[in-house]
Amino acid sequence: MASATARGGSGGVLNLVLFYVFLVIFVLASVLPLIWVFKMSIVTKSELYASPPTIVPNTLSTAEYAQIFSDSAFQKALINSTIIASVTTVICLLLGSIAAYSIARLRFRFKATVMTLILAISFFPAVAIIAPLFIQYSQLGIINTYASVIITDTVFALPLTIWLLVAFFRELPRDLEDAAKVDGATTIQAFRKVIVPLAAPGVFTTAILTFIYAWNEFLFANTFLFDQSTQPVTVVIPNFATIYTVDYGAQAAAAVVVTVPLVILVLIFQRRIVSGLTAGAVKG
Amino acid sequence: MTTASNEKKGRSRIWEEFADPERRTAYYMVLPSLLIIVIVAFFPILYGIVLSLTDSTAAAFGSFVGFENYVEMFQDPAFLEGLSNTVIFTVVSVTLEFILGLTIALAINRAFRGRGLVRAAILVPWAFPTVISAVMWRLMFQDRIGIIQYVASTIGIISEPILADRTLLLIAAILVDVWKTTPFMALLLLAGLQVIPNDVYEAARVDGANVYQRFFQITLPLLKGAILVAVLFRTLDSYRVYDLFYGMAQRELESLSTYVYEGVRISQLQFGPGNAAAVFIFVTSFLLALFFITVLGMRTSAEE
Repeated sequence: MASATARGGSGGVLNLVLFYVFLVIFVLASVLPLIWVFKMSIVTKSELYASPPTIVPNTLSTAEYAQIFSDSAFQKALINSTIIASVTTVICLLLGSIAAYSIARLRFRFKATVMTLILAISFFPAVAIIAPLFIQYSQLGIINTYASVIITDTVFALPLTIWLLVAFFRELPRDLEDAAKVDGATTIQAFRKVIVPLAAPGVFTTAILTFIYAWNEFLFANTFLFDQSTQPVTVVIPNFATIYTVDYGAQAAAAVVVTVPLVILVLIFQRRIVSGLTAGAVKG
Repeated sequence: MTTASNEKKGRSRIWEEFADPERRTAYYMVLPSLLIIVIVAFFPILYGIVLSLTDSTAAAFGSFVGFENYVEMFQDPAFLEGLSNTVIFTVVSVTLEFILGLTIALAINRAFRGRGLVRAAILVPWAFPTVISAVMWRLMFQDRIGIIQYVASTIGIISEPILADRTLLLIAAILVDVWKTTPFMALLLLAGLQVIPNDVYEAARVDGANVYQRFFQITLPLLKGAILVAVLFRTLDSYRVYDLFYGMAQRELESLSTYVYEGVRISQLQFGPGNAAAVFIFVTSFLLALFFITVLGMRTSAEE
């Protein structure tokens, strides 16, 4: 691994320069589009339409942000997204942590079958069930409510939640639980009082990834929710074109607002997120 | 006789399994997750298959019509366009993502300054809602204010509005997908590379293997598992493309998934063929996964 630097000499230096040029191109390709959209959101309308376009903003304006934040439909959409993503995360962690504990720590015969059933969902094309679910949710009277999207999001986020938690639970030392059981604790008590507090960092990483999944979900929300009282931002923004006919500045500002919380989460927790995401790939 | 006694033995073994209190607790703990998955995902797919054989609509259950919906679906030009767009999109974008992702993974598989920055750059596009990144890119492809349209017309590669032409729109969608998911592919492959022990390379180098031999005879075979997992996941994901086409093209670019969506939400007349397309997506995805597992030998053991 250290070979590139260890070899030294002019070849080593050239290699290193090329390597950093490659890195710079890669990083720029990833983030430039986002910086550009951010720029579109902070210039005045006349600069937005200027041709040729300006590279560095000449004017600064918060008009687009003022406009979308004063729009009650957009505010409501942000609240809807927050409710849907938070409730989905909490339910996934509750159901997922007890299932993951059982899979990681307890002995039972049909473990492989159970795990296969759960993981099969991550290969499952969600779009294949939107028609039957639409009918069933309509009959149950929960179409166009938060519940319809939260229930479906929960099912499709659960495999990820359980998979990550199983990986985290397996890393915890077993002696502590055994000691708790010797002291007379039941399985449930050992789980609640020993495992849960110890696993907090892993549970937290899982919560972030589940939250991102639910915040970003679009297909179910766009199918099961009809109006502004329940639709999250992911549904409202692409349909902006019809609300603000061709207000590109406002679209750019709205896109920035929705993604800022995600960018902050990613920047703060990048190390944990990467270890969580690759846990499955390496071991599986 | 034998089958009866086997059955009895099987039943008593299952009974024993549930008589043990710790094992019983174990089952109780996985039960809620399993139940919700069976009720909300497995049952609806069966119901969907039944529906696809009837003339039901989103509002009313219909009567049995055999394979009529499937015949109608295959005769519908919108479905065929969605099918061809989806297949082209999947094959081209996954191929590009795999080649670029592997290149990046090989390049950054070493210790260097600025790892954190690179990792953040990898994760930012991944963490974005797909539909929102599609909207962002649509802004950059706009013919009046879009930077890409401006550059493309200035250099003279493209003169017509990109968003008005379906072929250009499909190419644009592929580019956006490559932008968004290549870093993630690189991340998965990098994780696979990091578990290959360094001494294997050292030994090969001592034996006089050159860079290409080391790549084709060590890296690729040892990375096969990680490659298959990453490529299968990305293939199934691209195959159900929906958010990206919806955000980029506002329903002007058809995919298999947008076709299903239109049947459920836009046109009652299309409900039958739309739901048949949903079953079609399910069956073909399943066959695709099966192909990876049996023919390419992907390991699927969920246990350690």
